[in-house]
Amino acid sequence: MGSIDPLVLLAAIMMASTPILLAALGEMVVERAGVLNLGVEGMMITGAIVGFVAAYESGSPTLGFVTAALGGALISLLFGVLTQFLMSNQVATGLALTLFGLGLSSLIGQSYSGLRAPLTPDLHIPVLSDLPVVGRVLFQHDAMVYVALALVVGVWAFLKFTRAGLILRAVGESHDAAHALGYRVKLVRLCAIAFGGALAGLGGAYLSLVRVPSWTDGMTAGAGWIALALVVFASWKAFRVLAGAYLFGGISVLQLNLQAAGSKVPADLLSMSPFLATILVLVIISARKKGATAAPAMLGRVFHASQ
Amino acid sequence: MRDRDGVTALLTIDGLTKAYPGVVANDSVSFSVRAGEVHALLGENGAGKSTLVKMIYGLVKPDSGAMRLGDAAYTPANPQAARSAGVAMVFQHFSLFDALSVAENVALGMESPPKMRALSAQIRKVSEAYGLPLDPARTVGDLSAGERQRVEIIRCLLQDPKILIMDEPTSVLTPQEVEILFKTLRKLQSEGTAILYISHKLEEIRSLCDGATILRLGKVVGTCDPKTTSARDMAEAMVGSALHVPQASPSPKGAIKLEVTTLDLPAKAEFGTSLRDISFRVKAGEVLGIGGVAGNGQDELLAALSGEALSAPHAVKLGGTPVGQLGPNARRKIGILAAPEERLGHAAAPDMSLTENALLTGAIREKLTRNGFLKWRDTEAFARRIIAGFDVRTPGPDNAARALSGGNLQKFVIGREVLQNPEVLIVNQPTWGVDASAAAAIRQALLDLAASGAAIVCISQDLDELMEISDRFAALNEGRLSVPRPTRELTIDEIGLMMGGAGDMDVAAPEVLA
Repeated sequence: MGSIDPLVLLAAIMMASTPILLAALGEMVVERAGVLNLGVEGMMITGAIVGFVAAYESGSPTLGFVTAALGGALISLLFGVLTQFLMSNQVATGLALTLFGLGLSSLIGQSYSGLRAPLTPDLHIPVLSDLPVVGRVLFQHDAMVYVALALVVGVWAFLKFTRAGLILRAVGESHDAAHALGYRVKLVRLCAIAFGGALAGLGGAYLSLVRVPSWTDGMTAGAGWIALALVVFASWKAFRVLAGAYLFGGISVLQLNLQAAGSKVPADLLSMSPFLATILVLVIISARKKGATAAPAMLGRVFHASQ
Repeated sequence: MRDRDGVTALLTIDGLTKAYPGVVANDSVSFSVRAGEVHALLGENGAGKSTLVKMIYGLVKPDSGAMRLGDAAYTPANPQAARSAGVAMVFQHFSLFDALSVAENVALGMESPPKMRALSAQIRKVSEAYGLPLDPARTVGDLSAGERQRVEIIRCLLQDPKILIMDEPTSVLTPQEVEILFKTLRKLQSEGTAILYISHKLEEIRSLCDGATILRLGKVVGTCDPKTTSARDMAEAMVGSALHVPQASPSPKGAIKLEVTTLDLPAKAEFGTSLRDISFRVKAGEVLGIGGVAGNGQDELLAALSGEALSAPHAVKLGGTPVGQLGPNARRKIGILAAPEERLGHAAAPDMSLTENALLTGAIREKLTRNGFLKWRDTEAFARRIIAGFDVRTPGPDNAARALSGGNLQKFVIGREVLQNPEVLIVNQPTWGVDASAAAAIRQALLDLAASGAAIVCISQDLDELMEISDRFAALNEGRLSVPRPTRELTIDEIGLMMGGAGDMDVAAPEVLA
């Protein structure tokens, strides 16, 4: 396999992992508030197309990402209003959101197929980017890679150290007790849902603006579902989500390189290896420390203030 | 505002009314509480006590009427407003978060909590000052019921409340824990805190409270001084009629029916309890009462006896036959029936009709199926017999189980098992949340069943109930069962010790966890 450059490979991993990292991190916050939103795939692809359209029409990738976050949040609020105020079933509504997002993106994207997105520049950080090896692997990426990493730390600190984070966890743990203490369960959940939607939108836009970078129908290709699974296997912990996302991204890049290098392993086996490896590793992690029971107690349960 | 003694009232409730569709929960309720007074709110389930305190705590808005706190009008828009005005509340079903730590739980009940480290120090200080030691770093899900209540009380005390509302605070405590709680409440009282105390336990109210307001069907029907009024008089004022006290007819005890020998069962659920080395025997015609604080293995024991959880074959025997490996239906067939605690979802399917629910456990012994097909007519007749025999108040057997009140559904659930003439009947919390007259009827039915030769295991947290109907008493403590002893020989202190007392809680571990 002499044709694979390990430095390029390592650098590519950070890029490949960013979309599902963003989406999974957002979904983790949603689930910590006790809401199960299965519409991640739909929110991602909505973000991918609105981000692409905005960036293409304006020529600014930044505007593209902002629009994607707003678009993701907006479509997630549709889910929020249906499940929180109209008490619809979260599983069914989430699935519907995915189907809706796929259809809507396809409609919006009809005349954008095959166009190229404006270039998202890589950052050049003085000193760090010029370091040998490390600089090329870690410090020569576009800003979104670092935004995603900062969000991991931010979400972790928010949940662990802030009062708002404590309230969010409390709502996910027992909405009746939180309500009895006077917290606004629905408002907290709506905010969490919108945050999750915004992050899923960013993840989608990263696909259409950086990773590919153009629009194709159904281009998320199941990334949203992987993000959902990651949250569960990561036992609802931010840094485990990061580890899982990088593992998945890493093996995806590796198997692509192996295929390109003409490996003797059948391509089908290589294509499914990221899924297999991620699930395997995370199952081992969560089995070891009774991780399966770390689920927020109210996950997916409908809250109705029965006064 | 001045109350009847001319002393300034701290909280005055004037004509509060709250109606829900179809029912007036509170109808022009008025009373007042002085500073340093422990005031009891008495009433049966559905009398409107909970709605009333929810209005005082800002969770529910009254339709009409006014409240005054001190000299100012008091109209809390939400619990936060109530808390900042000095009103704190300890809930009946604890408002705690199992997966969070003690300190986090306390912080969630405060308006502007200090930093976690400072708060932890404060929790330690206040909890020791009131004789309720607590470790702020522990996870609430691992605490005993008594300790969980401490968390709620400390949460209230940290805000220096003027009024503390306590909704059924002693229903989950051992007698010793109740003593500790009362000491705390008396200390608060001496510091001038007014306490609004809701309880069914009239003897407790007599020993603790200075005044009482009695509610019936949402209206104030009287006030009394609990120190000078007998428990029986208070009970009759609550119910509005004379009470019937269940009578056991002494029956000759027969052969051993149910025998449990060194039953071990590891816990299935995360916060469940493992059963350890449980042994007891119940004779025909005998009622074995099993007491203990909630969460010490009651649900697990019922499951092991009913067949929901399987055990070693010889651990459970019916008349000498090992049944430990038989499931619930196989056990029903040979006469072991059970009525679990949770009415909706365990004892009955909430959205199914009473007829369907009658079928669910009665199909085998009442022969309600033929070749896999249901015999609807026989089933409905069976449901009607239960409804008639146990005075279940419902429009008919087609009604959904969910539509019945707690007491009526409980009568149905117990009646369904009793009418199948069991050899052994196991009940868990047979009168939980049931009003006094329905409770008396259920207890009488259990006694009558025992008199007809069945063996009965009654698991309950209501000690008065166990003293009333059981021949022998044993207590569950952390999955172990004490040696059963004749009920008549026991004092309340001995029972407390059998239940594990509060001794081990008194000296809660002082070491700091990271």
